Amino acid sequence: MRKILLSSIIVIIGITFIGRLSYLQIFSFSPDQVLEDPAIKRIYDYPERGYIYDRNGKLLVGNDPAYDVMVIPREVKPLDTLEFCNLLGIDKEKFKKELRKARIYSPRLPSVLVPQLSKEDYARLQEKMRRYQGFYIQKRSLRYYDTPSAASILGYISEVNERDLAANPYYIQGELTGRTGVEKQYEDILRGRKGVQYIQKDRFNRDIGPYKDGILDTLPEQGKEIHITLDKELQEYGELLMHGKRGGVVAIEPASGEILSLISGPTYNPALLVGRERSKNYNKLYNDSLAKPLFNRSILAESSPGSPFKTLNALVALHEGVISPSTTVTCYNGFFVGGRKRGCHCGGGTRNMNSGIYKSCNAYFASTFRKIYDKFNTTDEGMDVWEKHIKSFGLGGYLGYDLPTGRPGRIPGKKFYDKWYGDNRWASSTIISNSIGQGEVAATPIQLANMTATIANRGHYYTPHVLKKIEGKDITDPKYTEPKLTTIDRKHFEPIIQGMADVYKKGTARWVQIPDIEIAGKTGTVENFTVIDSVKTQLTDHSVFVAFAPVDNPKIAISVYIENGYYGSRYAGHIASLMIEKYLKGGITRKDLEKRMLEKTLEHEYAKPFSGEEFKINEYVW
Amino acid sequence: MSGRSVLKRIDWLTVFIYMALVLIGWVNIYSSTFTEAEPSIFNFSTLHGKQLFFIGASLVSVVIILAMETSFYERFSSVFYIVSMILLLGLFVFGKTIAGATSWYDLGFFNLQPSELAKVVTALALAKYLSDIQTDIKRGKDQLYAFLIILIPVILIIPQPDPGSALVFFALVFVIFREGLPLYYLGIGFLVVLVFVTTLMFGTVWVSIATVLLILLFFLLRKKKSKIPILPLISIAIACLLFSLSVNFVFNNVFEQRHRDRFSLWLRLEKDPNKLEQIRKTIGYNSYQSEKAIESGGFFGKGFLEGTRTKGDFVPEQHTDYIFSTVGEEWGFVGTTTVVIFFTLLFLRLVFLAERQKSDFSRMYGYGVISILLIHYFINVGMVIGVLPTIGIPLPFFSYGGSGLLFFTALLFIFLKLDTNRLKEEF
Repeated sequence: MRKILLSSIIVIIGITFIGRLSYLQIFSFSPDQVLEDPAIKRIYDYPERGYIYDRNGKLLVGNDPAYDVMVIPREVKPLDTLEFCNLLGIDKEKFKKELRKARIYSPRLPSVLVPQLSKEDYARLQEKMRRYQGFYIQKRSLRYYDTPSAASILGYISEVNERDLAANPYYIQGELTGRTGVEKQYEDILRGRKGVQYIQKDRFNRDIGPYKDGILDTLPEQGKEIHITLDKELQEYGELLMHGKRGGVVAIEPASGEILSLISGPTYNPALLVGRERSKNYNKLYNDSLAKPLFNRSILAESSPGSPFKTLNALVALHEGVISPSTTVTCYNGFFVGGRKRGCHCGGGTRNMNSGIYKSCNAYFASTFRKIYDKFNTTDEGMDVWEKHIKSFGLGGYLGYDLPTGRPGRIPGKKFYDKWYGDNRWASSTIISNSIGQGEVAATPIQLANMTATIANRGHYYTPHVLKKIEGKDITDPKYTEPKLTTIDRKHFEPIIQGMADVYKKGTARWVQIPDIEIAGKTGTVENFTVIDSVKTQLTDHSVFVAFAPVDNPKIAISVYIENGYYGSRYAGHIASLMIEKYLKGGITRKDLEKRMLEKTLEHEYAKPFSGEEFKINEYVW
Repeated sequence: MSGRSVLKRIDWLTVFIYMALVLIGWVNIYSSTFTEAEPSIFNFSTLHGKQLFFIGASLVSVVIILAMETSFYERFSSVFYIVSMILLLGLFVFGKTIAGATSWYDLGFFNLQPSELAKVVTALALAKYLSDIQTDIKRGKDQLYAFLIILIPVILIIPQPDPGSALVFFALVFVIFREGLPLYYLGIGFLVVLVFVTTLMFGTVWVSIATVLLILLFFLLRKKKSKIPILPLISIAIACLLFSLSVNFVFNNVFEQRHRDRFSLWLRLEKDPNKLEQIRKTIGYNSYQSEKAIESGGFFGKGFLEGTRTKGDFVPEQHTDYIFSTVGEEWGFVGTTTVVIFFTLLFLRLVFLAERQKSDFSRMYGYGVISILLIHYFINVGMVIGVLPTIGIPLPFFSYGGSGLLFFTALLFIFLKLDTNRLKEEF
């Protein structure tokens, strides 16, 4: 026993050691060593974020260098404080305060001493900086906006949060990412790819050279510049027109689906969300819960489309062969459904399709709507056909445009009504409001614009989009370059367009004609309600207008939705016509109209429900 | 005896393992002291250059050791011992202090560490005393003398202070044990360590309960005519209880904070993550860094000169006491296992050699050699891989250090020389 004891001990020690070593080196080992290794520091080289230009090559978003004076408190050597403060342009007290703050944060890590120097200060300081140990200047890049407009399309960038970090391993704490709009949608293209250098460090955190002679290092990949489809001038002009009004304006080039302008009122200057004031400004915008400037009405606000929707019902009826353009309906200043009279403002009399459209006769379209359903044996069948046709215009579902937010709107189907009223407890008469774009149908301004573009194209549309070129090359994504056909035969569009053209010539919008431009359009006046002290209260009608021009070769299709703007041509029609003139002619001849639109605001309308007093709606005041 | 016959009879397997360990050791010293500015191997201003010089010097000493008469070592062992003890004493007057320990003589070209010499001569002296025909290890008086031979250098080394080196001498108890020291000496030693560690980990209450339960269990399961005496067992149990009670007192009042921290770290006593982090940054910094370095090596290691933590000098004393962490980081599990296997083979081979000696002196000295090398290896590697608390002693043949390498070589080769002579009865 005495003889083998030592041998046993030797073997047991050996086994213990190998066991422990296999635990350390095999079971505890993780291959992500480089990421955890305190001996390897990664230095990132951030590429410049890509510039954003408008469709004509005008700069929208660029980058501005910003210079921060940084300090590493531990490395600060005694210095001529007074001279240094003069150089930085701050007083001695502030300097001491900031230095103390930095030291409390960390004596070893850099802190910002003076943020965002001007370029001139930077140039002056740069040479003298070497004399002050522990201080250095760090260059950063901030987004620079060459326009006060388009905030909601362009979006903004902000620091990545926990969710971003978890979703994409590319990012590390403190990096920036596109948060909304184009910045978010095309983050990968605009951002580029950061370069990384691996540096070997010793235990005092000093650099002692590149890790593995730099074979793992990568160079940064520049962010790509993009052209978006916006027309900078039109966008800026539209935002001026929307001053003091709530609503959305969307203009699309029918031949390509390119979004020419996408305006939400009220909006804000994108420069507000850059730099030091960012979070203060953001909170201000965020907390404005009445006007909701951060809410992009042009793509998020779902509301009744109103009379423009009549054109679609007419198209469906023509396609299904239940009416012809010459079919007439008599309007008794209204029409009767289920023993109840619904009003009409067209003036009454006999209407055919043409006058039905340009006079926006409710009776005509109620009748047309019922005819569609009456063609089929059951309401369900009629509903399916109607729903299919309407949805082929891009309504009642996400359009698929390249912005990160959106709403589907609503085109109710039989399921919806079965749930709403119960099986077989509804008929075309029950849902007759849909015939005139009230009722249960809902659409966003961009859907209305797309619908108008589809009519302008006589039966097809291109999915609206904002990206035009990447690095000067046109996009080729078939999602945006191939037309989507509607289910309506092309031949039925002409009579409708004729009616829409007559809206300008002799109809509801005859006072907003533009000389030399033939426009087709349709007004809409949408009743709407709110709840004040638990009482359903009607508010001033929404003013809606859709139009495209020129009629024969459409260059622009536009929808304008002005909340509480009263009848269709009052605000929406005027704004639409100004936008069209601006885009097609580059300038405005009707200065009076322009002046009125720029100056008038609807703030008094928006204040009414909150006044706490009785108020009148649909007032005729200019 | 001619030089030729020495070469013929020397145990080449041991020599081969020795050479392999020295070579692997040097390669890792080279890596852990390597700087891009001084890549040359033969630059004696660098640490790895110096180590290369000591390897040469060790080989020269091997030649001298093998050339000496075999009887020289036995005959003069007492003289060596006395001289060595005088040298240890002399440190109190002439010693040179490095890193807080007065353990060296400054000989100009190199620093001599007499405690290293003492390890060799104590092994020799102990073997000499035990192999004496008049010594009977069963006798209490002779046991006392044998222990004295071990204790004198310990007493001289502790005040340097160098508790690590002093600890090493206790390994020589194995030699006495091999020659017939009653079993209960080891039993008591084992119990002391067991009670100490378990008391720290689980507290006196649990240890007491466990002791009482064990005793009760023993009585219940005991055969009626068992010859195991009851009284001594109960007194041992009582002694254990008393010792367990005293452990906390000793730990909290006699130990210094740094000792307490080492034990806390070793036995994972500290559960508060903040305090653990604090210990890792201070007293446990070396252990933590060395464990991390070894872990980061993975199965195949990062490759020669590619150890990032080694390059960054994250592990302090990496070329001396923590050299094994370099092996772990750069050569991975493959490397560390290879080294462990080499050491295991070496020790097993030495046990085999010792057991085949005809001369008692040679066998006992052989055991002394194994004990000393084994405890160095056990404590050093155990500390570096985190299974033992931090005790600063070098890894034989591996760690950087001139006198270390020289005397470990001498320790081993004196035995190999004795082994070449095993068939002759010279006395």
